[in-house]
Amino acid sequence: MAEEKKFAAYICKGCGLGDRLDVDALAGVAQKEGKMQVVRQHDFLCNADGVAMIKNDIANEGVTHIMIAACSRRAKTEAFFFPNNAVARTNLREGVIWIRPDTEEARETTQDMAEDYVRMGCAEVKAMTAPAGNANTGSNRTLLVVGGGLTGMTAALEASKTGYPVVLVEKSGQLGGWAAKLWKRIPAHEPFKAPADTGIADMAAQIAADPNIKVYLNSTIAKTDGAPGRFVVQIATESGAVSTEDIGSIIQATGFDLYDANRLPHLGYGKSPNVVDQAGLEALAKAANGGPILRPSDGKPVTSVAFVQCAGQRDTSGEHLPYCSGYCCNASIKQAMYFKDSNPAIDTTVIYTDLRTPGNGEDFYRSAQEKGVIFTKGKVGSVAPGGNNCVVNFHDLILDDQNAQIEADLVVLATGQVPNSGINIDMSAEEKAEEAAAEAAAAEATASGAQPLQFSKKVSVLNLTYRQGADIPQFKWGFTDSHFICFPYETRRTGIYTAGPVRRPMDMVQAREDATGAALKAIQALENAQLGRAAHPRSGDLSFPKVRLEGCTQCKRCTVECPFGAIDEDERRFPLFNESRCRRCGTCMGACPVRVISFENYSVDTVGSQIKAVDIPDEFSEKPRILILACENDAYPALDMAAMKRNEYSAFVRVIPVRCLGSVNTIWITDALNAGYDGVMLMGCKHGEDYQCHFVKGSELGRYRLSKVGDTLKNMNLETERVKDLEVAITDIDNLPRIINEYAQQIVDMGMSPFKGF
Amino acid sequence: MSANQEMAVRYKNNFLKEVEQQVEMGEWVKMCMQCGVCSGSCPTNFHPGWEHPPQEIFMMIRAGKREEVLSSPSMWMCTSCYNCIVRCPRKLPITHIMHGLAEYAYELGLAPKVQPTKNLSKLFWENATKTGRINELTFSLGMYFKDAEGKINIGQGIKKGLEMQKVALGLLKAKRLNLFEIFGGHKCKDQKGIHAMLAKAYALESKRKGRHVG
Repeated sequence: MAEEKKFAAYICKGCGLGDRLDVDALAGVAQKEGKMQVVRQHDFLCNADGVAMIKNDIANEGVTHIMIAACSRRAKTEAFFFPNNAVARTNLREGVIWIRPDTEEARETTQDMAEDYVRMGCAEVKAMTAPAGNANTGSNRTLLVVGGGLTGMTAALEASKTGYPVVLVEKSGQLGGWAAKLWKRIPAHEPFKAPADTGIADMAAQIAADPNIKVYLNSTIAKTDGAPGRFVVQIATESGAVSTEDIGSIIQATGFDLYDANRLPHLGYGKSPNVVDQAGLEALAKAANGGPILRPSDGKPVTSVAFVQCAGQRDTSGEHLPYCSGYCCNASIKQAMYFKDSNPAIDTTVIYTDLRTPGNGEDFYRSAQEKGVIFTKGKVGSVAPGGNNCVVNFHDLILDDQNAQIEADLVVLATGQVPNSGINIDMSAEEKAEEAAAEAAAAEATASGAQPLQFSKKVSVLNLTYRQGADIPQFKWGFTDSHFICFPYETRRTGIYTAGPVRRPMDMVQAREDATGAALKAIQALENAQLGRAAHPRSGDLSFPKVRLEGCTQCKRCTVECPFGAIDEDERRFPLFNESRCRRCGTCMGACPVRVISFENYSVDTVGSQIKAVDIPDEFSEKPRILILACENDAYPALDMAAMKRNEYSAFVRVIPVRCLGSVNTIWITDALNAGYDGVMLMGCKHGEDYQCHFVKGSELGRYRLSKVGDTLKNMNLETERVKDLEVAITDIDNLPRIINEYAQQIVDMGMSPFKGF
Repeated sequence: MSANQEMAVRYKNNFLKEVEQQVEMGEWVKMCMQCGVCSGSCPTNFHPGWEHPPQEIFMMIRAGKREEVLSSPSMWMCTSCYNCIVRCPRKLPITHIMHGLAEYAYELGLAPKVQPTKNLSKLFWENATKTGRINELTFSLGMYFKDAEGKINIGQGIKKGLEMQKVALGLLKAKRLNLFEIFGGHKCKDQKGIHAMLAKAYALESKRKGRHVG
């Protein structure tokens, strides 16, 4: 069915646009050059009357495509909401009059700018269609929670309270995880003075009594197939039977293991039964059940205990964990209180390098000092095990005593958290070989009957059938990737959220918060998926990538580059898009060398036609043209905010927002340079270790792709400075106009592009 | 057995406990969190007499370094400016603890031999408690005629007196100094009562702290 298209342009005269610009001229441009069938001006387009005018045109004039020339696309989104139409917004307020001086000399260039933006808006809307929404949706409303520890149980209970059914899978035989192994927990409530009950038994009872929560114990995930809203998950149970569940979204709360204290023989672990890790002490405290804690070597009550903080943590040698697990100082304070509360005469010393007590831990720390726990700032070098007691040798950092010693019946090592994040799907070939060698060595040692070496092969947690790998991509030190700045629970797999220590080291208070947040995000994700809409950051977006398979060369770049693993491969080796997994960043579109991937409202054509629509003055006009492709998440709002502050910048630039730097197809740059633009600025988010890209890898992939543009420039005999890559943060409100102006001056100094007028 | 030996035996190796029970405000020492703000705030920080800043003294107490702490000149350097108390995030009364430690060290006979602050304090205390009033003339003369170890030194006294001649004449002129004070000066009405009160206070304090009276 070929639908009749009717294009309309609406030009606003409010907010000073009418005073600063020749609106009649703009209307003329829209009509003659933009070929808009309906062109209307309005004094105040976003008010009820203006919006009614547009709605009337849609209803009675058959208008299907709307170009609104008014304020930034980030403003007045509720007024200009026409979900059934293709809508282009052209930015005359923040993009033109607010960043230009209101002077007679500036009038001409400002008007040029506005006219170009009208041309661009008209070109864009002509290349668009109204997004129809993803049809390949599922309506599963069940949440799968993987892991039955504190985080998993909290997520399950919170989701159930919100009215969503939950399937909870736990690999061990009981719920509770590490928390169930604790004698007491760090207090989470006022007055933060004494260890508190864990509350785990109560939570487990709530889960058992909740008809909304289905629990699988002694079970693992055998296979996860599908996409948000239509996951099909196979659960391998103890009996060997496999159950299949239809799942809407997933929370992975697989927690952590304690760092293996066997790797710390210099601290006496394994050499004396009186050296334990924190879990070991919890077991002793549980066995004591409120009575005196007994020394493992001879079963006599402990009279002195030393806590060694940062055991195998914050290690700079590369041998042990490089990071701080953040909870162990409070845990040692709590454990010291086990002793002091039962008998104040027991000597308890905590040897720390930096005492870190997040949350309300400071009150807890103070309470321990009041109870007489001694805190000694020092770095432990070794623990010498004796018969029934040990000597802790440390460097006292306050007194600078290299040979300080403490004798203690019991030594507790605070060893820290190692995430249970499954397999590392981004492992390099060398790392894989290393792992295989370690496995072989361990097998050989075991076979020859020697001391068995510690080796545990990583197994997948989720067993995803995704082309990019069976688990969630990891970030650093095995923790799952998480957009720690903006979207902490978010992973690089849509509809799958990680919460708790699998994401970053944390304590129980933080894990509960995490679980609650992740449960809400997971609910949002399955609701959005059901409606065929994107999850954040383009939350609610109905467009999704469409591919012309007849043009596809099966290069696989899209399947490899998609930051969210949304694209699989079908049996004919063509890309198979799982729209519900897609975040609409457009990285596939930017990657595609034959340009067969597009969105209904964002494509190679919608941006390409805008680039071509700009009027390029001739070489002698002294009016260079600079194209700016600005990330819509950070750079474009920064430009808008600069405009709100009336930070002025050059009238030579033409800004086009892009979904992500990753969506920038190199053809746009080649087209721009061929069309006679004098410079191109690319504005994207920071990438790498402290990335700020909303699509995690988008800006990195985009930059890598664009690093090859230098060759194109050389082939065209152009200066490499004609394309400039900028790392922009949303806070660069004052920097950005300055950088633009400097670049514009650089272009003027360099001279005009020789490609004009072809 | 000396007072020092007796205390050392009583508290065995637990110097922290000894400080908590024997030193004025000593029960606060365990609350120090080693931030070092006190040391950074101390105006005498760079004086060579400050062997150990307060934070370090507290750590040494916890580490059981009894002799080192009590014989240290550090706490005697405190000028009572109260900067550390004002700034301590844990609200430790550091100034008072310093004075408490100094007093305890003196009591046990461990205070440094050559210590001007100690000499001044001793002279002041003796002067003030004799009549219940401080006698400025005999107090300052006492300072002039005593050397660093607190022994009488006539030559030094005459030299110091001559040096201060001009100041003394000015004070006389302004009627801030009375030469007749040399004969005993003004006193409290009930000197005996004052002495009895101080003796009782000392006895009570000694009893509370479990020290030998005498």
